[in-house]
Amino acid sequence: MPMQIQTSETEMVVHLTGEIDHHSAKGMREEIDQVAQRLQPRRMILDFGEITFMDSSGIGLVLGRYSLMQSLGGDLELTRVPGHIQKVMRMAGLDRLTTQEQGGNNR
Amino acid sequence: MKVLNRMRLVFDSRSANEGFARTAVAAFVAQLDPTVEEVNDIRTAVSEAVTNCIVHAYQNEIQPIYITACLLQDNWVQIKIRDKGCGIPDVKKAMEPLYTTCTTGERAGLGFALMESMSDRVKVRSTPGKGTTVTLEKRIHSRL
Repeated sequence: MPMQIQTSETEMVVHLTGEIDHHSAKGMREEIDQVAQRLQPRRMILDFGEITFMDSSGIGLVLGRYSLMQSLGGDLELTRVPGHIQKVMRMAGLDRLTTQEQGGNNR
Repeated sequence: MKVLNRMRLVFDSRSANEGFARTAVAAFVAQLDPTVEEVNDIRTAVSEAVTNCIVHAYQNEIQPIYITACLLQDNWVQIKIRDKGCGIPDVKKAMEPLYTTCTTGERAGLGFALMESMSDRVKVRSTPGKGTTVTLEKRIHSRL
């Protein structure tokens, strides 16, 4: 899975790459959750800067990680969300989790 | 409306084909010179419809999915995504935002809402036990 996860003692930054659909979301979810369960971070940041496509499976991915971070007593943030992906995020009101307006590829 | 060009696709309901389907339709529509946003809208709507066929209609059994895309007069695109799966007993309910049959919390229930927001018109015809046809229509504005 082309994904890089940076961790510190309390924080976990997930650099997502490629396309998020029903096909790819499962692997991403499993990899993120494995690290999160082990690390129990106070903050998880999902970096969308290198994401070129996302459908509602991406909304599911974010909502699921939001619940996970809530259960761990931590926060979830989204960063560098490309314009066309913000459009999808807005459908679920997820834009309020975004810390940086725009980023990365806008393909 | 007069059909100016048409393409047909048949492929297995494997999740690996979700990317293929949306990319193939986008490539066909490219001849209308759409904007990047219009292409992304079409890719997203097709991806949602194909995912529904795989997850809901065929419930992860491998069966064929049929796509017909037509370029019509006045820069209209019509995309039909059809399956011969289980069908939807209550289409109106299935199309309600946030309605989902998924209990794991990993599916948002926004598939149809996204299709509607990314298209100008969405029609769903479904017969339980026979299958479902989703028709997406969108007008490409870039060359108008």
